[in-house]
Amino acid sequence: MTTNAIEAHGLVKTYGEKRALDGVDLAVARGAVCALLGPNGAGKTTAVRVLTTLTLPDAGTATVAGHDVVGDPVAVRRVLGLAAQDATVDGLLTGHENLTMIGELHHLGRKRAKERATVLLEQFTLTDASDKLAKEYSGGMRRRLDLAATLVAQPEVLFLDEPTTGLDPRARNDLWDVLDELVAGGATILLTTQYLEEADRLADDIVVVDHGRVIARGDARSLKRQVGGDQLRVVVADRADLDAVTAIVGRIAGHQPTVDVGARSVVAPAEGGTSAISALADALTEAEIRVEDLGLAQPTLDDVFLTLTGAPPEADDDAAAVPVSTISEEQR
Amino acid sequence: MSTQAATETPTLHPARPARARGTFVSDTWVIARRGLIHMRRQPEALSDATIQPVMFVLLFAFVFGGAIAVPGGGSYKEFLMGGIFAQTIVFGCFGVALALSNDRNNGAIDRFHSLPISRASVLAGHAVANLIRAFLPIGFMTIAGFVVGWRIHSGVLDVLGAYGLMVVFSFAMIWIGVLLGSLVPTPEGVQGVAFVVIFPVTFIASTFVPTSTLPSVLKTIAEWNPTSSLANALRHLFENPGGVTPSSGAWPLQHPVAYTLIWAVGIVVVCAPLAVMQYQRSIKS
Repeated sequence: MTTNAIEAHGLVKTYGEKRALDGVDLAVARGAVCALLGPNGAGKTTAVRVLTTLTLPDAGTATVAGHDVVGDPVAVRRVLGLAAQDATVDGLLTGHENLTMIGELHHLGRKRAKERATVLLEQFTLTDASDKLAKEYSGGMRRRLDLAATLVAQPEVLFLDEPTTGLDPRARNDLWDVLDELVAGGATILLTTQYLEEADRLADDIVVVDHGRVIARGDARSLKRQVGGDQLRVVVADRADLDAVTAIVGRIAGHQPTVDVGARSVVAPAEGGTSAISALADALTEAEIRVEDLGLAQPTLDDVFLTLTGAPPEADDDAAAVPVSTISEEQR
Repeated sequence: MSTQAATETPTLHPARPARARGTFVSDTWVIARRGLIHMRRQPEALSDATIQPVMFVLLFAFVFGGAIAVPGGGSYKEFLMGGIFAQTIVFGCFGVALALSNDRNNGAIDRFHSLPISRASVLAGHAVANLIRAFLPIGFMTIAGFVVGWRIHSGVLDVLGAYGLMVVFSFAMIWIGVLLGSLVPTPEGVQGVAFVVIFPVTFIASTFVPTSTLPSVLKTIAEWNPTSSLANALRHLFENPGGVTPSSGAWPLQHPVAYTLIWAVGIVVVCAPLAVMQYQRSIKS
């Protein structure tokens, strides 16, 4: 099959003055998992709403499983499963009733809808809670029920809008495991997230969006590489040592470090990786500076954004000026 | 695309056969049934259809009733019932407005709209559920009325006519509710409108007192207020006091049934299209 499960070209959606989507292109192959990564207000949810026919785009075209989202929305709705951002399960219905209702609205017929509900509750380890009202579910259970609801009609393409937002770490890990299984089963998934870690864990492709535009694509490794890789980070015990440490880190890293006085930390991009760490440790020992923490830090989503959006203080960074960068993906 | 994506992974499941579209009725019923389950599991949200009308019956029958004289004589309790039926039916618009507003705010509408169903069936489902809901207060009040001493003096046809008129007007009020639920962004807002707009509308009427007792401007408003005409029509059909004011006063006072029906049709004709339009606008963004 040559057609992509999801394709979008030049999607634009404005709300008043705000351009929620400002020319977004997407292509997700069948069976692939794509993460839209971005901060709040980047346009992630709007993109999902357009692709799931909930919102009409102002410009651009998009297809899901080959069906045009504007021209044939009902066909699109037949093949998609959507888990919206705030787990829209019906609190006044039981878990089983929730899934049965969705099945009936997918026209499975009442009997088959009930059978399907039972199977899904089992699959999502909700059988014990099957007859409990969904409002009594925990956050993690609600998410699982919501996810089960998206799978009722065995959709070809799944849209998960921030599937783990608001979950505690344990529930998040559980949900990731569930998503892993779906992925192993060959589902095509478009998910949105604010967490680089989550995108990294679940997705083949990461599309970084900000202000309604795609600002980078690639896998997590290539994105991090684009940010500049690892960073040296030192936290000193005594604030008075900050100047001395800044000088040492600057010398070893070869970059002007960023100093956070409140956190008593000094951070700079590290070219040499582990060898830089040992050099730094030696230098600090020699200078007899008491250190609370010393290590190589992975770039965070903040770093990715600062670099990609060109917002950081040192704005002449090479990555900063590139609006849409294509990253080679030979590593996967 | 990544190499994994590029390999030809078969879809998780084969595409389901596309079903016929003649599912509007069954979709509507699925959503209506959900609405009814909501009502059953949230009895506190039904208070305006259960406790409140009964409370009004008791309050006015025993607390205020003694102080209000019915012109032309007759039992105030019998005069009262038509008014309380009318008021409760007018309040019926809030059930659907609240339900819609809640659904829009908690994402249920989005969920429904991502399903392969006619979007009209979401509205229709709410309308059906709330029409069924309307029978509840009518039943409660009938019982409460009988308990406090209300009696029907008319024949079977008139009684059927009275209850039929209540159902028709309830149906009309649902469209006002849909319009309200689509115009007002939050459930709290709906409650606010209830108190500030609809509550006075049901009081500046012949609901609890004869319009002849009101000062001139209010009197005119009350005489043409459909709440009055519905109350009077019911009084007329039950042969309770205060039904038809013969040959004096405004046209609605003389022809309460006809005037009420005109309002019911008018509300549906004007509000239903507006409500659907506004609803579609409210869900579009």
